[in-house]
Amino acid sequence: MSEITAPTSRRRPRGLQRKVSLAGAAFVTPFMIGLALLVIAPIVYAVYLSLFRTQLIGGTAFVGFGNYVDLIQDPKFWSSFLRVLLFLVVQVPIMLALSLVAALALDSARLHGVRFFRIAIFLPYAVPGVVAALLWGFIYGNQFGLTAWVNSALGWHLAPLAPSWILGSIGNIVTWEFLGYNMLIFYSALRVISTDLYEAAELDGAGAWRIIFSIKMPAIRGSIVIAVIFSIIGSFQLFNEPNLLHGLAPNSISSYFTPNLYAYNLSFAGQQFNYSATVAIVMGIITGVISYVVQVRGTRAENR
Amino acid sequence: MSNTTARRRSGTQAGPRRNAVLTIVMALFVIYSFVPLAWLIINATKTQSDLFSTFGLGFGHHFALFSNIADTLTYKDGIFLHWLGNTLLYVIVGAGGATLLATLAGYGLAKYAFPGRRAVFGVVLGAIAVPGTALAVPTFLLFSKLSLTNTPWSVILPSLISPFGLYLIWTFAIDAVPTELLEAARVDGSSELRTFFTVSLRLLAPGIVTVALFAIVATWNNYFLPLIMLSDPRWYPLTVGLSQWSAQATGAAAQPIYNLVITGSLITIVPIVVAFLFLQRYWQSGLTAGSVKA
Repeated sequence: MSEITAPTSRRRPRGLQRKVSLAGAAFVTPFMIGLALLVIAPIVYAVYLSLFRTQLIGGTAFVGFGNYVDLIQDPKFWSSFLRVLLFLVVQVPIMLALSLVAALALDSARLHGVRFFRIAIFLPYAVPGVVAALLWGFIYGNQFGLTAWVNSALGWHLAPLAPSWILGSIGNIVTWEFLGYNMLIFYSALRVISTDLYEAAELDGAGAWRIIFSIKMPAIRGSIVIAVIFSIIGSFQLFNEPNLLHGLAPNSISSYFTPNLYAYNLSFAGQQFNYSATVAIVMGIITGVISYVVQVRGTRAENR
Repeated sequence: MSNTTARRRSGTQAGPRRNAVLTIVMALFVIYSFVPLAWLIINATKTQSDLFSTFGLGFGHHFALFSNIADTLTYKDGIFLHWLGNTLLYVIVGAGGATLLATLAGYGLAKYAFPGRRAVFGVVLGAIAVPGTALAVPTFLLFSKLSLTNTPWSVILPSLISPFGLYLIWTFAIDAVPTELLEAARVDGSSELRTFFTVSLRLLAPGIVTVALFAIVATWNNYFLPLIMLSDPRWYPLTVGLSQWSAQATGAAAQPIYNLVITGSLITIVPIVVAFLFLQRYWQSGLTAGSVKA
């Protein structure tokens, strides 16, 4: 059949063009239908739900932005929000700085066994978040973990699962999981830099540190912005690690430890679906706005 | 004088002298990465009583790895194997479908001009910014309205859409599939779909493997979504099952099975680690492609 259509379409290029254009739309359509049903529809439905409230008397009623007003005045929400914000400003810089150091070391050409280091440090990324949290939770524990041994061997008083330590302990788990991943993102960007630049810099007498700060860091700025955005999303959406550690440290992790944990517990323990939807929407908006600001500022600085 | 320093510096740079300090620093990173994994492997060989009575990074009195594996696989009528089967189902259908949809759409966006293309691209870029975990609760609320919760579909359907996968294929296809090649096929009278399967698919293969690998990892490691969607343990994937086993150790009717949780965790990570090790070439080039365009 295609043999018959070919000559005619060659004579009428406009018909061919339309057919080609239709084929392009056809390739994209299945994905777009899925996106509409599985990404856009849930968001729209959650927004719709957030405008209603189910009361004991009177059933479900439209309350406009009532749930949002409640949320702004909800100390539990703010407590969870400030906690992930603290997590964000402490854990993310530490993790990304470590990733950057590792990536620069890999790229320095002064390292033995680059291939081994690259895969070995990346490996924790392949471990499911659930297993990572369980694993570290056991290690943190006093029963058969390593904490008791470290404490008795070194005379320390580590208590990773205590309320005042738990956020740092979760930060360590997240750092362990994503250090190597971010390292590879940075390393991939470093590999793309033209070696001509280094040679020119050396001719000008620039040392290794100068090359790092004047050539390498500016060149991978885009990757750093991407890693920061992913880390912001990860911090605001923190759920797996606190949810799993809750079983090991019930007194350290409340039902509103992070916004996502709060939304989850509102839905499943409290059946407050409307309010839960409100939490999810507000956190989605905050995450989106902050990511957008980082992206705009990051790329603007790059163009300067 | 500055001239001599310059020459000396460039000398060290050109002949890459290995740096011991750097190697030590990187060794510390490797130790950090490996200690928890070593702990997992070592403790998977211990009986539950040895877990409590012997040093965490040393072996126990009995080498119980094989009996632990047997116990893990047979505990409660082999529910672990059931979970493994569920995970495989979710990975094959979910990650497979996600890769297929992302490949078709990324290719279509990269190689065809059609009305609404810019709008599609804008929507996809917006969707990349929507984190999967933020979608989980809204998707649950919608699915429970549609009575889709507690079915395999409730886990499979949301994992079918990967905007980031589409983005990777899109950036990859622009260079990997020459437009002249498609035009030549058109002149020869090949239909667009046939060209896709006979010509383009092969050229896209490295990008597809990368997207597939990351989709597989995402589905294999998925926890939040199945946790909220599924209430029947018979539909659990490994991640949710393991967390239930772990939770079993505390509470009123506590039945600790730490040795099974640890051995089950080890069994859960082995396939993914092996996949990453064997497919290194693909995902590393895929990461590079992503970072260049980003």
